[in-house]
Amino acid sequence: MAVDAQTVEKLAELARIAISEETIDEVSSRLGDVLQLVDQLQAVNTDGVAPMAHPLDEVQVLRKDEVTEPNRREDFLALAPQTEAGLYLVPKVID
Amino acid sequence: MHQLTIAEIIRGLRDKQFSSVEITSHLLERIQELDNQFNSFITVTGDQAIKEAAAADARLAQGDAPALCGVPIAHKDIFCTNGVRTSCGSKMLDNFVPPYDATVVDNFQQAGAVSLGKTNMDEFAMGSSNESSFYGAVKNPWNVERIPGGSSGGSAAAVAALLVPGTTATDTGGSIRQPAAMTGTTGLKPTYGRVSRWGMIAFASSLDQGGPITRTAEDAALMLSVMASPDKKDSTCLDRPTQDYTANLNDSIKGLKIGVPSEYFGEGLDSEVGARVQEALKDYEKLGAELVEISLPHSKLAVPAYYVIAPAEASANLSRFDGVRYGYRCENPADLRDLYMRSRGEGFGEEVKRRILVGSYALSAGYYDAYYNKAQQVRRLIKQDFVDAFDKVDVIMGPTAPNPAFKLGEKNADPVAMYLEDIYTIATNLAGLPGMSIPCGFAHGLPVGLQIIGNYLDEARMLNVAHQFQQASDWHQKTAPAAE
Repeated sequence: MAVDAQTVEKLAELARIAISEETIDEVSSRLGDVLQLVDQLQAVNTDGVAPMAHPLDEVQVLRKDEVTEPNRREDFLALAPQTEAGLYLVPKVID
Repeated sequence: MHQLTIAEIIRGLRDKQFSSVEITSHLLERIQELDNQFNSFITVTGDQAIKEAAAADARLAQGDAPALCGVPIAHKDIFCTNGVRTSCGSKMLDNFVPPYDATVVDNFQQAGAVSLGKTNMDEFAMGSSNESSFYGAVKNPWNVERIPGGSSGGSAAAVAALLVPGTTATDTGGSIRQPAAMTGTTGLKPTYGRVSRWGMIAFASSLDQGGPITRTAEDAALMLSVMASPDKKDSTCLDRPTQDYTANLNDSIKGLKIGVPSEYFGEGLDSEVGARVQEALKDYEKLGAELVEISLPHSKLAVPAYYVIAPAEASANLSRFDGVRYGYRCENPADLRDLYMRSRGEGFGEEVKRRILVGSYALSAGYYDAYYNKAQQVRRLIKQDFVDAFDKVDVIMGPTAPNPAFKLGEKNADPVAMYLEDIYTIATNLAGLPGMSIPCGFAHGLPVGLQIIGNYLDEARMLNVAHQFQQASDWHQKTAPAAE
């Protein structure tokens, strides 16, 4: 099952991953192989089976909303490619 | 000194046969001398290791030494280390120096262990051959033309090459057990949630689990005793007491019921690998265990279910790499969209991109029920097979991988062939069960792994079962020729 180039372009847009024109055929054929593999699932009868989100069916732990971590703004900003005045910098978004 | 196990190093340090600085320096020299053949380390933190070793020696002299005081280990480069670059094998994080330690790293520091550095891995832990690393492929110490398995290939190769006695690793679909099998080492993936994932870079959050790679089950027990802990910082980490996993190692396994799933010995299994596993099962009978034929009827669906769930979760997890807050950013972005598209397009390797795209497909509008939801339903069927089996048996055994280490480059052109490497390990992750791989002989001159699957939170018994085999065999003591 091949995935058409249009679908690959749509997925690339959804995932925000640039894919070059030259590689698009290869990507679509390999994606097709993977989808063919996972399509085996469609033949399985799963009527009435609850989807499994956690192996031990644990639920989300709740805790009091208390401040336990110090604010390390500078440490984390230091990791960013570009910052200014304590903020992350990105190309202009609004004209 | 490099042949010593963790248990022997602990004794040697306490009996003052050698110091932590001595063994640490010795291993750092070996890494320097030999690792250009294997490429098992991405970063070696020599100066820091010597400082930590000197501090450990001081504590040993004072007599207040914690469990692993002065023992050299190394961390898979997926665990965040404060002040030490943590790349996850990716160009995306080539410049990422975390400002904090993962809980696992912290646990080993508290226990006095000395970290020699960070081990190589498949990019974002996606792979079964350690060929997708931005830092180059890792070579198998048993034959440097062959893969060491993946994704924890560096962690496994470093132990097999006697560069370090134990390493941390992670396992999402087999990434501890399969490289352990390929390199003749002992690898343990605990129950999902037994080891904290805090500070462990996420791939597929409902499957990822950290564990040790060592040369013996006893060493795995020593490492797990430190590694496992409840952790408030990871809400999926189990809030159950941990234990001293070495306490039951010497228990007798007379009367142990071993389930042998017929599905794990069918088509696709290398006949020599199958023969070694059957011989190991006979050895277990001699030790007093009883073999029980069982069936895990949904086994065939494990790989398809995994390749929906893992990519779907990866596509969500890896959306954080946006070129804005940390990691790689493309040159001269035209606008914000271009910044995202090119930073991710250039920063991620081919396999990572492929999995993100598959995940985006499975989660996209109109496909969620057909793929992700369906896979989560199948996942419950797979889990139920194991639950039914563990009503009848204490542990389950079979091969870890269908074949011994293959040649570098052999499966690169065909992702699906690569995915089938994990055909026997993936179901354990989907079910959240603990699993181990221990050496049980050789096929085509390469190590073969015996997989032991335990019931939920039954790591102590699994380790006991593995240790008893290693007391009666010497496969785990065979050394790769290149490590001599």
